[in-house]
Amino acid sequence: MSYFNADNLETAHEIISRYPRKKSALIPLLHLAQEQEGWVTDDAMRQIAELTDTTPAEVKGTGSFYEMFKFHPVGTYMINVCTNLACQLLGGEELLAHAEETLGIKAGGTTADGMFTIEDVECIAACTEAPCLQVNYRYKLRLTTDDLDQLIDDIRNGRATDIPEHGTLGLVRQHVPADAGAGIVAPEQATERPVWLARNDAVAEGGEG
Amino acid sequence: MTAVENEKSTVTVTLNGVEIEANPGELLIDAAERHGTYIPRFCYHSRMKPVGMCRMCLVEVDSGRGPALQPSCMIPVGEGMTVDTESEATKKAQDGVLEFLLINHPLDCPVCDKGGECPLQDQTVAFGPGESRFVEEKRHYEKPIPISDTVYLDRERCILCDRCTRFADDVAGDTLIHFMDRGNSTQVNTFPDEPFASYFSGNTVQICPVGALTAKPYRFKARPWDLEETISTAWIDSVGSRVTVQSSRNQVLRLLGVDADSVNWGWLSDKERFGFEALNSEDRLTAPMVRVDGRLESTGWAPALAAATDALRDVDPARIGVIGGARLTNESQYAWTKLAKGVLGTDNVDAQLGDGLPVEAVLGLPRATINQACTPGGTVILVGPDPKEDLGALFLRLRHAVVNDGTTLIELTPTRTGLSTIAGHSLHPKPGEVDLLAAALVDAVSGDARDAAGVPADAIAAAAAAISGPVTVVLGRASIAESAAITVDAAIALSQLEGVGFLSALRRGNVHGALDMGMAPGLLPGRVPLSTGCDAFDQVPTETGMDTIAMLEAAAAGDLDVLVLLGSDPLSDAPDADLAERGLAGAGTVIAVEMLPNASTLTHADLVLAAAAPTEVEGTFTNLEGRMSVAEQKVTPSGTSRADWMIAAELALRLGADLGVESPESIRAEIAAVSPVHAELTEAALADGRVEGVLISGSSIQAPTASGSSTPANDAYSLRLVAARRMYDNGTMLQASASSAGLAASVKVTLNPADFEKLGLDAGTVVKVISGRGELMAPLAADFGVPTGSAMIPANAPGSNANTLIDASASVTDVRVERA
Ligand code: SF4
Ligand code: FES
Ligand code: FES
Repeated sequence: MSYFNADNLETAHEIISRYPRKKSALIPLLHLAQEQEGWVTDDAMRQIAELTDTTPAEVKGTGSFYEMFKFHPVGTYMINVCTNLACQLLGGEELLAHAEETLGIKAGGTTADGMFTIEDVECIAACTEAPCLQVNYRYKLRLTTDDLDQLIDDIRNGRATDIPEHGTLGLVRQHVPADAGAGIVAPEQATERPVWLARNDAVAEGGEG
Repeated sequence: MTAVENEKSTVTVTLNGVEIEANPGELLIDAAERHGTYIPRFCYHSRMKPVGMCRMCLVEVDSGRGPALQPSCMIPVGEGMTVDTESEATKKAQDGVLEFLLINHPLDCPVCDKGGECPLQDQTVAFGPGESRFVEEKRHYEKPIPISDTVYLDRERCILCDRCTRFADDVAGDTLIHFMDRGNSTQVNTFPDEPFASYFSGNTVQICPVGALTAKPYRFKARPWDLEETISTAWIDSVGSRVTVQSSRNQVLRLLGVDADSVNWGWLSDKERFGFEALNSEDRLTAPMVRVDGRLESTGWAPALAAATDALRDVDPARIGVIGGARLTNESQYAWTKLAKGVLGTDNVDAQLGDGLPVEAVLGLPRATINQACTPGGTVILVGPDPKEDLGALFLRLRHAVVNDGTTLIELTPTRTGLSTIAGHSLHPKPGEVDLLAAALVDAVSGDARDAAGVPADAIAAAAAAISGPVTVVLGRASIAESAAITVDAAIALSQLEGVGFLSALRRGNVHGALDMGMAPGLLPGRVPLSTGCDAFDQVPTETGMDTIAMLEAAAAGDLDVLVLLGSDPLSDAPDADLAERGLAGAGTVIAVEMLPNASTLTHADLVLAAAAPTEVEGTFTNLEGRMSVAEQKVTPSGTSRADWMIAAELALRLGADLGVESPESIRAEIAAVSPVHAELTEAALADGRVEGVLISGSSIQAPTASGSSTPANDAYSLRLVAARRMYDNGTMLQASASSAGLAASVKVTLNPADFEKLGLDAGTVVKVISGRGELMAPLAADFGVPTGSAMIPANAPGSNANTLIDASASVTDVRVERA
């Protein structure tokens, strides 16, 4: 039973072919799996294991290291409220509590209509704009609780057009077609210096690089 | 620098102010330990690659740029290095690491199985801060979760040292446990619904430095300070893994692997580790039994021995047979050979059950040790069973050699094995034609490649080209559905390879000891043929006797008056169930010498003599290399059961002969006196070889000669049967082990999916498998690792036994598979 649909299975094979070791394709394949269903299902991990000659435990162990892979369904809009130091000092926790109260769910939970998921996250690298949050990885900065109410209202009524409704997905899909790949070989099989090293030398020597 | 210094082969390191000589490349933690300074550690394990996870081994190292804290498990020694393991900075680091490790550790030592033998506990006492400044709430997890049928994981206790996960991935190749999540939530776990079902899972319990991993058979059974222990030898298979046997109140409670460099490196298969449960099982025979009105009833030793003596007295030696003996210690085997061959005068003695190899193939070819097989850069040619299923600890050694030491593995096996994923070349001949493939491989080495046994010439040529360094053939019976002669012919072909050595893969416990002690037709103790004679025997048979199959045939024809089953179960283990049944039914008196009643005993024995178990007797075992090692007595025999050698001596006495044996030690002295290969065997040598054992080499047995047989072609409608062993089967010992019995998978017929279509069948369908000998019913399973045209059915699996399909006199077995 295939988890990936026909198109994605083809892409999966293409991704795998880019790496000298199949196992190296784990992360892009997890992205692909998440793109298909919005989260990484057990079936997806089983198939990734099969495709990369690894075990499902290895796939899950690798994937679960990364916060942006979800192993349970999430809402159409995922709100990540930062409660790390800078944000905490400037009201991040209040923001989170307010979000929880407004939406009637706890951090980590999803509203019954599948619209929102709230997460309590660590520093999202916008400390100067604290307190801040992300909705589907789009930043909303220096928020008050009123701003948050407005934001939720905008989203509910289709006015938050700057936020795509894709839940967990990243902005770009990395996809290098097989014929455009750099043709990397496994280190133990390399007979020549990598191309990019030669290129660097050329630059260092002042040649055309 | 003088010339002499230039040639210096060691590295000088100053350790705590004293100069020591270390080996180049040696890790600092090891060099220090060899010189008497133990650096505390959690993640480092000498048989696994270092990872530097726990930081407990931080010491102050100065390599010329001033002292700095470095993890000694990650740093190779360097010339002129100065190391301080006791400095203020080192102490502070140790304090700090321990304080951190204990932040989340539950400190539930009073109810933890590891308490008393816990590296975390011990090192905290020895190196720790004494007090914690952490007052917050600790991390909580559900208390132990089963991660397999045998192993429990308590994540609160885990210190994330990566030992268990490294073992599973690097050593066993069963990556079924892994670190999940990250940061404060990092935990060891399995994938949902995919348990840590590894044949080697028990090793993780042994190496876990805290009580996070525990194994069912030992949970809450004892505290370490109540245990007594002794170094001994595992008896479940023929690897002869060295173990510590631990007992409390006269009951064996646990086995731990001992790091013998030449054998098991501290690892054990779960079957070796937990097999002791069978010895404590309720089914153990505690007294002799005699069949009265068709039922076995307990009796005393005097009437039982009298009945046995009556049955044996004045019988034509040609009409007596002894089948089995691999369970016995070398000493007991010697006593039984002396009784059978020297007193009763019969040469009808066979420790193998028709599922092994002729003596010539084991003792008549140049032998190799495990370490020789694992030579870096060498080549292993596997003509035999899947080591992962049959010889667990050997599998781990071979796997390590292939993965880490550049050993090339070439498999000539009927199906894929547990080593196939790492094998350089996996060639799967048609069942019954491995001899042709072996010959073709040898010819290909000299540049003459051809197709053979269904394997294309270019694959054979590629394998031949990969052969390099010393070559070891791991030789055994890959399938009991093809005759031993085919394997022998393959061995003869491979023996032409330059400098080749053979490592036997006969599986059963002390079967190699049995051969060394003369328990095969035509053989006497000391790897000598009958014609050599034996000084300690009153008489020696002149004619070569019958092997197991011939004995069963003779018994079936009414030509055996007494059949002794020496810890053997022909019904389950002989390749031909029908013959075994007729043989046991047709034999005059069947006397079984047993620890646990098996299928053959229960249905056919007229008399059962209760034998003591391996942990209940003193003696020695001999492993597949010919390495002898001690098996210590740890507990007293169950009930009134007796050591096998005592039973032999008693029977001899009642028959008017004196075996002249008083103790295992006296038997060993006699063995050393009569056996040309055991001449060096002294008590001192055995004591020196407490861990590594004593390798017995040399043999007067001739190399085997080619059988000249050829395998018939099968017709288009039939499949050729492969009947191989699985680690967990219906064997008596395994089924008597409470925590392992349920692990045996019920019988399946496995085919290549390509054959499904031809037969119009699907996976899961229950089919009838029919051979010229018999039939069985089982569900179908699909596996691309079984070549097309073959049908794989495990031997002795719960449900039905493939041996019901096999005709021992045929060279191969063809079957038809039909919808039931
Ligand atoms: S369970 Fe034990 S061996 Fe495994 S990582 Fe945790 S402490 Fe280490
Ligand atoms: S602390 Fe919130 S963005 Fe850094
Ligand atoms: S033992 Fe060296 S870091 Fe763990």
